[in-house]
Amino acid sequence: MKTEILVAALAGGMSSNRVLHSSHETAPYECDGLTMFKARPKVVVLPETREEVCYVLKVCRENGVPVVARGAGTGLSGGALPHAEGVLLVMAKFNRILAVDGDARTARVEPGVRNLAISEAVSELGLYYAPDPSSQIACSIGGNIAENSGGVHCLKYGLTVHNVLSVTLALADGSIVTVGSDALDSPGYDLLAVTIGSEGLLGIVLEATVKLLPKPEEMRVVMAAFDDVTKAGDSVGRIIAEGIIPAGLEMMDGPAVAAVEDFVKAGYPLDAEAMLLCEVDGTRDEVAEELLKVERILKDSGATMLRVAKDEAERILFWKGRKSAFPAVGRISPDYYCMDGTIPRKHLSLVLTRMREMSKRYALRCANVFHAGDGNLHPLILFDANDPEELTRAEAFGAEILELCVEVGGTITGEHGVGIEKINEMCVQFSSDELTQFHELKAAFDPTGILNPGKAVPTLNRCAEFGKMHIHKGQMPHPELERF
Amino acid sequence: MSDLIDMLAARLKNKQPISVIGSNTKGFLGGALTDEPLSMREHAGIVNYEPTELVLTAKAGTALSEINTLLAKSGQMLPFEPPMFGEDSTLGGAMASGLSGPRRIHLGSARDAILGLRLINGLGQHLRFGGEVMKNVAGYDLSRLSVGAFGTLGILTEISVKVLPLPEQERTQMFTYSNARALSEMIRIGRHPYPVSAITWVNDMLYVRLSGTGRGVDAAAKALGGETLANQKRFWNSICHHMHPSFKQDQEWLWRLSLPPTTPVNSIPFEILDWAGAQRWVHAAPFDYSLFELAESLGGHATCFSGERVEGTGMQPLKPLVMQLSHRVKKALDPFGLINRGRFLEEAS
Repeated sequence: MKTEILVAALAGGMSSNRVLHSSHETAPYECDGLTMFKARPKVVVLPETREEVCYVLKVCRENGVPVVARGAGTGLSGGALPHAEGVLLVMAKFNRILAVDGDARTARVEPGVRNLAISEAVSELGLYYAPDPSSQIACSIGGNIAENSGGVHCLKYGLTVHNVLSVTLALADGSIVTVGSDALDSPGYDLLAVTIGSEGLLGIVLEATVKLLPKPEEMRVVMAAFDDVTKAGDSVGRIIAEGIIPAGLEMMDGPAVAAVEDFVKAGYPLDAEAMLLCEVDGTRDEVAEELLKVERILKDSGATMLRVAKDEAERILFWKGRKSAFPAVGRISPDYYCMDGTIPRKHLSLVLTRMREMSKRYALRCANVFHAGDGNLHPLILFDANDPEELTRAEAFGAEILELCVEVGGTITGEHGVGIEKINEMCVQFSSDELTQFHELKAAFDPTGILNPGKAVPTLNRCAEFGKMHIHKGQMPHPELERF
Repeated sequence: MSDLIDMLAARLKNKQPISVIGSNTKGFLGGALTDEPLSMREHAGIVNYEPTELVLTAKAGTALSEINTLLAKSGQMLPFEPPMFGEDSTLGGAMASGLSGPRRIHLGSARDAILGLRLINGLGQHLRFGGEVMKNVAGYDLSRLSVGAFGTLGILTEISVKVLPLPEQERTQMFTYSNARALSEMIRIGRHPYPVSAITWVNDMLYVRLSGTGRGVDAAAKALGGETLANQKRFWNSICHHMHPSFKQDQEWLWRLSLPPTTPVNSIPFEILDWAGAQRWVHAAPFDYSLFELAESLGGHATCFSGERVEGTGMQPLKPLVMQLSHRVKKALDPFGLINRGRFLEEAS
């Protein structure tokens, strides 16, 4: 479809100054947080009302134009990467907190509301919204729902899917449907669960009701240094085996600690091979008891240094280091590539050892931050994107890490989503029948396939090209497909 | 793979309708099965359990009692406290029905606990979704979608769930309160970070269960006041598994209402308020389906728990758009409508 015709059609339903199409207007939207993939959309629209969103969907459906939704654009898997032939639907103007109910402990919000803004708005009621992705200052709740975002506290408090009560969606056909309710469950199939984490392929989030929790009376964090990554990993298993579910349990390896300490000066141990941050929260008495146990376990596990943050300021400083890990690594390398695999924790030392070998083989540095409690790894591959050969090596290194995660019984993405980035690795994790099942489910919501096409679930053709189709019992699936 | 799984897959491949049950302890929920059901009970056994990974994987026919015993040996439990209405309830049945016990308000529901599963879809394909790790966003969340679907989106064959440590200590405080006073206390307590793992009102008494560390629980009990219940395990089991006399159905039918937790108590004479007000139980005259309308007007839904019901599914009618979408989802997984006919969604009109 010609751009001018599409622009004219879109401007028929909304103010034309919110329909952007010149290249200087669309350039700022050419990528999300995954900057190695870029594409200019044909048109960017900034709707302000539900009617405008439905109008955009109607125009696009009638003309077979792809629609990609975008929240704050902080996603790390290219889920909001524009489609070169399509419309980028920017939900940023839906930024109001519509209602807060302190008694029911819920907040009803528009999708463009920032994650942290919810907690800030309900803070005076003694409440907060638990999922806290590192990008929480900037990322929006609509994007969190699309990606089922996690954060450093999800071992104890869950992911987005555990903290959202209902979502109002615009479907591809322009109808508006609410899944979930203000009750804890709803009749029929759990359409809410399948909507969360669907990466903008099933519908556009127009509104959400999220759960709020009472702020813990106290939070304390312990920092521990280890001269050996395996010892640090084992200590995590011991903490859990003793019946403690810490609010946060994070690990960083030597290179990550060095990068962060240079940037934030959080007092991290520069001589350590691995460092743990373990936070316990709850009532004063609970925290005091659990803290003693955690300190004992860490000591018994061979910690070479142990420090409990002495006050709230120091607690925040300890966390600031961890939450700044990505920008800190950004300072020591022209570019970095953040991976997001999850593994059964028992395989941590094997996986770290194999990654060190890969690092040598690809001649690229790698720093590791790790949500140790739930097995979610974030290896940061350091490279220079101006060197195309180095970029190719970084991508290959990343892909090999993800395949290793699947090999040890884990997954290619813990919390960042598949997007465009991990689309090939989906062929490694799922069989062709499973991928086909995903496509069938997508068609139930979006029969013409206009929402975020080409993301999250690869076509079987793509897997055949990629050449790493998951093979069951040695049988090549779909032998009729051409292979390249 | 077992003979049973191969047989089920083969029958579906031949487009033969099929119905499955676990031990049929929740057979009174949903509509009557059109086809004579086969039991999954023989497809049983623990596939993988590693306490420090907080994950258990078992075949669908595994008895919950076996799982509970195994977990307890390592000081762990299923976080959603699955209700059991018979000795032989299975993990598959717990997930297919999606029911959760009193602990749901603290540690989440059956749907919250599931990490992955294997299912046989309507084409007879044995598929695997999710996995054995806590965080996993690869592909649509078909595991959670299948919880509470009564097997109609596919025959569950293997399930991985998150498990959690048993609390170091539990203690239950009780108070003599009217239902209105109880509800306002539930709200007040909910706004404080007490280590509360259940709040239930029944027979003019409010029961607050505290779970956590020894000192933490004792300090919270002191702050809350009230009397300490002596035989608390027995009481919570009676609420969880419906053995409490208030669940009895002599002349009347038992209904579950899932409502916004702050819904006033004066709308109808609720007999039990569980889940801090979000799950309520009430009796109504046989064949009186007016609770559907009432529940919907209150922003929630109703489910009939009577075994005497002969018609329909006893489940809240869905709103038209949700109904249409649900039928399309069913079709995506079971295109020929072969699995568990009659059990769940009312037939498409």
